[in-house]
Amino acid sequence: MPTPQISAVSIQKSYRKGELRVPVLKGVNAAANKGEFLSIIGQSGSGKSTLLHLMGLLDSPDVGEVRLDGQRVDNLPSKTRDELRNRVFGFIFQFYHLLPELTLQENVLTPLMIRHPLWTYWPRRKHYREMALDIIDQVGLSHRLKHRPSELSGGEMQRAAIARALIAQPEILLADEPTGNLDSETGGEIMDLLHRLNEEQQLTIIMVTHDESVAASAHRTIRLAQGQMEQVEKVA
Amino acid sequence: MYKYLLATRYLRTRFIALASIISVMLGVATMIVVNSVMAGFSVEMKDRLHGVLADVIISTASMNGVADADRWMDMIENIGGDQIEGMTTSVEVYGMMTFKYANEPITRPVTLVGIEPRGKASVGPLKEYLGSYQDGLRDSNSVPNWELTDEAQEYRENWVVRGSWEETVEPSWPEFDETSESSTSIEETDSQTPNFAEGTSPAVTPPGEEIVNPFLNQESEPETETDPAAPLKGRVYIGHGLISYQMTDPKTGTMVDRLMVRPGDDIQLSTVNTALPPGPVSLGVTVIDILKTGMSEYDSNLVYCNLDYLQDVRGMVHPGTNVRDFTTIQIKLKDYSQAGELVKKLKAAFPPDMFIVQTWEDKQGPLLAAVEMESAILNVLLFLIIAVAGFGILAIFFMIVVEKTRDIGIMKALGASASGIMSIFLSYGLALGIVGSGVGVAIGLLFVGYINEIETGLSWVTGRPVFNEDIYYFSEIPTMVSPWMVFWVALGAITIAVLASILPARRAARLHPVQSLRYE
Repeated sequence: MPTPQISAVSIQKSYRKGELRVPVLKGVNAAANKGEFLSIIGQSGSGKSTLLHLMGLLDSPDVGEVRLDGQRVDNLPSKTRDELRNRVFGFIFQFYHLLPELTLQENVLTPLMIRHPLWTYWPRRKHYREMALDIIDQVGLSHRLKHRPSELSGGEMQRAAIARALIAQPEILLADEPTGNLDSETGGEIMDLLHRLNEEQQLTIIMVTHDESVAASAHRTIRLAQGQMEQVEKVA
Repeated sequence: MYKYLLATRYLRTRFIALASIISVMLGVATMIVVNSVMAGFSVEMKDRLHGVLADVIISTASMNGVADADRWMDMIENIGGDQIEGMTTSVEVYGMMTFKYANEPITRPVTLVGIEPRGKASVGPLKEYLGSYQDGLRDSNSVPNWELTDEAQEYRENWVVRGSWEETVEPSWPEFDETSESSTSIEETDSQTPNFAEGTSPAVTPPGEEIVNPFLNQESEPETETDPAAPLKGRVYIGHGLISYQMTDPKTGTMVDRLMVRPGDDIQLSTVNTALPPGPVSLGVTVIDILKTGMSEYDSNLVYCNLDYLQDVRGMVHPGTNVRDFTTIQIKLKDYSQAGELVKKLKAAFPPDMFIVQTWEDKQGPLLAAVEMESAILNVLLFLIIAVAGFGILAIFFMIVVEKTRDIGIMKALGASASGIMSIFLSYGLALGIVGSGVGVAIGLLFVGYINEIETGLSWVTGRPVFNEDIYYFSEIPTMVSPWMVFWVALGAITIAVLASILPARRAARLHPVQSLRYE
């Protein structure tokens, strides 16, 4: 059996609420191979977003390990984890999370601006802009380059967020309810886009959703309930 | 890269933060204006103090003075060598001045300084302070002397012809010891003392000599050959503040100076002689000129008198040898920076029980120190304004960090490090500081540049002069902008802005990415 590209092993995580410790994940395992489209489904509060955040190194597990290509990464120094988030992962959120002060193009360029200091970014800025134009074109937003997020529709904002996640040429795309805030038609368009990326670029995608129909389109689905894995469904 | 983009973008979009830098801006502008005006005043004041005082002053411990100025001056010459540009002796003594105005006698305490105008002019400005030069009544190239200007002479002649001199000061003769040196010397040297109207006291007519009233006996006694219009033997430059008062001109509504005594008038001075115990001496003198130094302490206190005459009447001339006593030697140096060194050497050479050797700054030490202290305290207070502005920035930044919590989470998710997030807010603080102090410097410099126009405008609006030139003797508000002062003020303001952003920036850096993303 090949080493999964990313895996979460026996993850336990709880949050403090005042004096109380509320367990969110109680020993969850999840793994995705390269090029796989994995969906994590569960009701609200089942811990699926927490699992995604842990796998994306936005948080550290209390117990358990997160591995990238077999190497443990959750205990690395924060600087290294920041860098991994920037280079290896692309994030898509339910509420798009674009920066309101920046134009669409600048939002898409943010991961590159974070990666490069001024003195290395500035000489290559034209090249990066062209890269951004290419990707924005792929998501069908070339006519919206100079618009601010507040001037975009929900679907457009989510496509802009996908373009932002793609510009850093990530290996793994982590999507947290990417269609959760969209109508079914627009949601469908977004899902089509994700499938296309998965097929054309062999991009590993881990998607969290509570929508059965959306989850069903993935290669494999992990079902979480009350912080534990319920079942793993294989899709043909 | 994203830090600078976001910092500049926040600067352009967060107007509330711009409001917080208005206080930085105003603080910086105020500090520049206040410092420039204070520096201007201070330089101008030092100029005037220095002008009256000469570079180095050697004063005798006793008001009676020390004899043989030449010997002491030779000694200074030997010590100072070619550093010395000019030297003069003078006699300084306290006295009283009396004149009549509107038929009322007016008496004031004065510092009577006997000078030799040519010598005094060689150690500092003199004619610049004399009314006749300021009004262009004398040739600006001429050396100050004890002669009346043509105008003053004409005034005096008219005054004599009109016979308006109604001097009524009662004789106040000192109980001269007939054998004392002083009275003898006066007797010997003061034979031409002019006389006064009946019942008046010519200043120093020696006892026993007949008092002749030239006004009553003009026609009957022409053989005296005394020209009644000629100025008296005692002559003075009198401080402007001593003989003037201010009043509102009923026609124009502006404040005007009224002179109670004019050049050509005679006044009465009293001081003490050098006898033991000191006895009073009274001398009638003609006012030759009005002294306007621009320093009210001097202008309302100083009376410059002809040195020889003062020495004569005080009994400071040794009979027989004709050696004269002096109380101060004023020295002008070629390079003032050498003054400290010279004072040290002179102190070693001059017996400390007889002489006090000082630079003009030592002599005015408390005043100069007070000005500096004032300036320092003002700076501290004004800097507190900027510090208060710093707290404003701190509060507003905390607000912005809270408002931007989710954005901070996004940036962390995209790989931004804690230090990167911190530097967004530090750069933002720096940008606010630079903009605030930049605009503040511009406003401050503009204000200083147009301060007189602004003053005129404010006076017009408020209906009363904001800057009364009669109080300060400046026709314009003096200013001096020091580039270093501007630099330090701007740097201080920028530093405060950056310091104020440290705490909010740290808070932003420590935000947990997941919690920030969930923040609503």
